[in-house]
Amino acid sequence: MREFRYEQPPDVAGAVALVAGAPDGAFLGGGTNLVDLMKLGVATPDLLVDVRELTSREITDLPDGGVRIGAGVPNADLAADRRVRERFSVLAQALLAGASGQLRNRATTGGNLLQRTRCGYFTDVTKPCNKRLPGSGCGALEGVHRNHAILGQTLDGPGTCVATHPSDMAVAMLALDAVVRVLGPDGERAVPLAELHRLPGEDPSRDTTLRHGELITAIDLPPLGFPSRYRKARDRASFAFALVSVAAALRVEDGVVREARLALGGVAHTPWRALTAERALVGGPATEDAFAAAAAEELEAATPLRDNGFKVPLARNLVVRTLADLTEGSR
Amino acid sequence: MTTIDRLVGAGVDRIDGPAKVRGTAPYAFEQDPGEPIAHLAVVQSTVNRGRISRLDATRAEAMPGVLAVLTPASAPRLAEGLSSDLPVLQSLDVHYQGQVVAAVVAETSEIAAAAIGAVVVEYAAEEPDVVLSTDRADLYAPEQLMAGFDTDSVIGDVDGALAAAAVTIDATYETPTQHNNPIEMHTSMARWDGDSLTMWDANQGPHNIVNDLAKGFGLDRGQVRIISPYVGGAFGSKAFPHPNQMLAAMAARVVGRTVVFELTRPQMFTLVGHRTPTIQRVRLGADADGRLTAISHEVVEHTSKISEFAEQTATPTRVLYAAENRRTTHRLARLDVPPPTIMRAPGETPGMFALESAMDELASALGIDPVELRIRNEPTEDPERHVPWSSRHLVECLRTGAERFGWAGRDLRPRMRTEGRWLIGTGVASATYPTRRRKAQCRISVDGRGGTAPVRYLVEIDGSDIGTGAWTALSQIAADALGVAMDAVELHIGDSRLPRAGGAGGSTGLASWGSAIVLTARDLRRRLDDEFGGQVPADGVTVDGGIEGEGPHAKTHSMHAFGAHFVEVRVDADSGEVRVPRATSVYDAGTVVNAKTGRSQFIGGFSMGVSMALHEETLTDPRLGHYVNHDLAEYHVATNADIGELDISWLDHPDELANELGLKGIGEIGITGAAAAVANAYWHATGLRVRDLPITPDKYFRELGLT
Ligand SMILES: Cc1cc2nc3c(=O)[nH]c(=O)nc-3n(C[C@H](O)[C@H](O)[C@H](O)COP(=O)(O)OP(=O)(O)OC[C@H]3O[C@@H](n4cnc5c(N)ncnc54)[C@H](O)[C@@H]3O)c2cc1C
Ligand code: SF4
Repeated sequence: MREFRYEQPPDVAGAVALVAGAPDGAFLGGGTNLVDLMKLGVATPDLLVDVRELTSREITDLPDGGVRIGAGVPNADLAADRRVRERFSVLAQALLAGASGQLRNRATTGGNLLQRTRCGYFTDVTKPCNKRLPGSGCGALEGVHRNHAILGQTLDGPGTCVATHPSDMAVAMLALDAVVRVLGPDGERAVPLAELHRLPGEDPSRDTTLRHGELITAIDLPPLGFPSRYRKARDRASFAFALVSVAAALRVEDGVVREARLALGGVAHTPWRALTAERALVGGPATEDAFAAAAAEELEAATPLRDNGFKVPLARNLVVRTLADLTEGSR
Repeated sequence: MTTIDRLVGAGVDRIDGPAKVRGTAPYAFEQDPGEPIAHLAVVQSTVNRGRISRLDATRAEAMPGVLAVLTPASAPRLAEGLSSDLPVLQSLDVHYQGQVVAAVVAETSEIAAAAIGAVVVEYAAEEPDVVLSTDRADLYAPEQLMAGFDTDSVIGDVDGALAAAAVTIDATYETPTQHNNPIEMHTSMARWDGDSLTMWDANQGPHNIVNDLAKGFGLDRGQVRIISPYVGGAFGSKAFPHPNQMLAAMAARVVGRTVVFELTRPQMFTLVGHRTPTIQRVRLGADADGRLTAISHEVVEHTSKISEFAEQTATPTRVLYAAENRRTTHRLARLDVPPPTIMRAPGETPGMFALESAMDELASALGIDPVELRIRNEPTEDPERHVPWSSRHLVECLRTGAERFGWAGRDLRPRMRTEGRWLIGTGVASATYPTRRRKAQCRISVDGRGGTAPVRYLVEIDGSDIGTGAWTALSQIAADALGVAMDAVELHIGDSRLPRAGGAGGSTGLASWGSAIVLTARDLRRRLDDEFGGQVPADGVTVDGGIEGEGPHAKTHSMHAFGAHFVEVRVDADSGEVRVPRATSVYDAGTVVNAKTGRSQFIGGFSMGVSMALHEETLTDPRLGHYVNHDLAEYHVATNADIGELDISWLDHPDELANELGLKGIGEIGITGAAAAVANAYWHATGLRVRDLPITPDKYFRELGLT
């Protein structure tokens, strides 16, 4: 573990200036991911700027019926918020399906979005990994990859990476069309969550489109207005990352799907918005057959690896079941 | 002489409970050696096989706060004759990934951790050989198995009987590499006073640690003292010394002050052993009524290049069921892996998964209820040793369990019950574990206190409480044997200065220490009666006693604990996720000394079996030879949410021949058979037979042919 400096500046602008001025500096949220990676030697910042108390810990109503979630809001508080539970139940469910009570108390909303992959090659500095050490190869491609990606991977070349994004919360937020508010050295900008995470492409070392020194200050959720739900399949009943998860929201009228939101977790380098499936669903009947056809269409693009082919039927089943449950609930 | 049997059997609260809850019970890391403590951290090899070609510690040595860097070139020489991975830093050769290649001692743990990053090591690496298979040409038969069992047993004509059998089963079962993960990581704190070594250490028996340290450092055993009053869990990895004790002692010698070495969680996956993976072929032959005519259980497992650990996997098959023709074999491959070691019920745990799964497959092939099938094959005597049982109540366990669980009326066919998306099934398996005891010495002193204060009995024995409740159970045993209340007993355990005893392992703890205490207490009472008219003399009395090892009936009888597990499993038809909402286990374990802590052992053992069935697996990258998961986020053990309602009970049949207390040992019986019961219930729920553990959701889709 490398020695580092620890700073608690008085305001967010000061925090941004500090990290922007330090090429190896990093923001510290709850530290539940970053500190682990530091102990493992995977992250080696020489400066930690603590933003946990700086970024807002408030959840506020927006005029349009949406909510603004301060980046410092603990995962536990977000899951417990009445507005979130009532209007965005997919998000509350996703949060409660993640990590453990202790971690959720400590982890922040901003940090959760930016947590890094759990790939066992990434988290072990003795192994090859293009994400951690560009050019060293992807250990997982031919190695242990049962819980790796089936969509959007880079399967050859120096950018090879088949990792997944581990967050549950982000999958729900993606289905909710969340917008991430960012403060950088050049001022504020709003990034749709769909544009925050990136596929590995040629450069798996970059998880997101954020620039160095950019701080997440809040996440906005626009109003939803129809039922939503999160379903996560995992290796044990609690305290395990998703094998596959589904965040969905469905507006059904007279047996016809009017609006559909569908995002998948555990399948790609980013939370995966299932736009193809959404298009197939809207205007069609709210039946299990139609759901299965839409899921199949989305998963046609899947390129499973030697040992993770199960994620294709698993994702299909979870999509069908979640949509069917939502339809059931809206009858 | 009468024994007042009022405490043994009762659910007495843990006497160490309040201290543990308050945090005042000192674990190894928290002990106060009486001087500032230096911290040790290690550099581990990144290759499995090869030789260190360059090692440069100059940058680390120059870091402020670094007291010393130990390398194969600079570390003190240990005496010859240490085995396995104990000759730490004695050579440039590398035998497994994670082997210690250098160690840093520093003023703080942070400095030590930073300094190991500054040690440069390069290797001349060779291709690792880590993949176990049944077709390896280099499989060999070890001379004997762990705990002294024979490598093979062959009785009658197995192949002939199989060929002639009305029904046969021929199936291969696999269990993965698993790692011991007690909550307290292995920790050793060493202090030298001249040529005397004191070590506060997390282990399962202080005396077991003394020998190798004495040997390695050229000391008399009396010059080594191991102190371990409280241990934060142990399942076998703490039974014997590992590199941590050697390193702490070496480093303390080099820097001339107390050094502590606490493993990190990832180091638990390389430095202190693992359970070997197994590949087990089981063949059963039976007549149409389900009477077994042949049992064959052939095991392939691994050991490391630098040590032989031959897990006794098929040994339960030698005792569980009657059959005229029988064969059990064990073959090992020597691989470039860290030395395997003991993990809760080594042998029985993987072996019973295979045998009890095969029995379930046989029941289904025959269309016979699996409880009934087991009862039909109940042997009247030990089927291989041909001696009587000291006691055996397996059939009563099966019948009682079936009753409590509500087994009657179960549909034999799989995949017949659903509830919404849940596929529901039930399964059964037997449990068995040998009853043994080891040599143990004990000293009891009574202090008359000049007749002024209440009489106190000091009971001294190097027993070990690894979180099991031994502090309490031994106090109960002593109080009963002395005929006094528990608060008149002052127990001292967990210190190699105390009278010698074996460690907490093989479910022998209470059988050994308890018997030693009972016999010594009897002696003391006899002396008080004979010499002092039943009164405690003013200047007190001290009696030394104990047991020599196995009792007189061990040779003439076959001694085992038994049990039966009944499990309900629910499988989500969409995802293949598995839940175990309820289970019933009934044990024939003789006397249960403390109903409360005993119950905890049964709960823990069974839960670990569920964990084995559904979760636990250390994954190896076959090309790199590395373990890929090495923390508790990725090495899954069952969580609370994975364990449903457990109905646990035991039969009231003390085993009069086993030992002074009639107990059969309870630390390991709970895990044996548990994984098979879960897998059998999984089959009953889904119609899918997963023969390679753990049963994770991907295997559901594999068995459905969807991957
Ligand atoms: C054992 C275990 C199990 C877990 N299980 C799950 C699970 O099932 N599902 C799940 O979704 N998650 C799970 N998690 C992950 C957990 O949700 C994340 O660790 C947590 O959300 C990260 O939040 P944090 O505030 O602690 O982030 P930190 O660790 O503080 O930071 C994470 C990253 O975000 C950056 N960062 C933090 N705040 C900001 C900000 N405001 N602006 C810009 N950058 C910032 C940091 O620099 C760092 O790179 C698990 C974690 C552990 C340890
Ligand atoms: S999948 Fe990505 S993170 Fe994992 S080893 Fe390959 S490059 Fe690294």
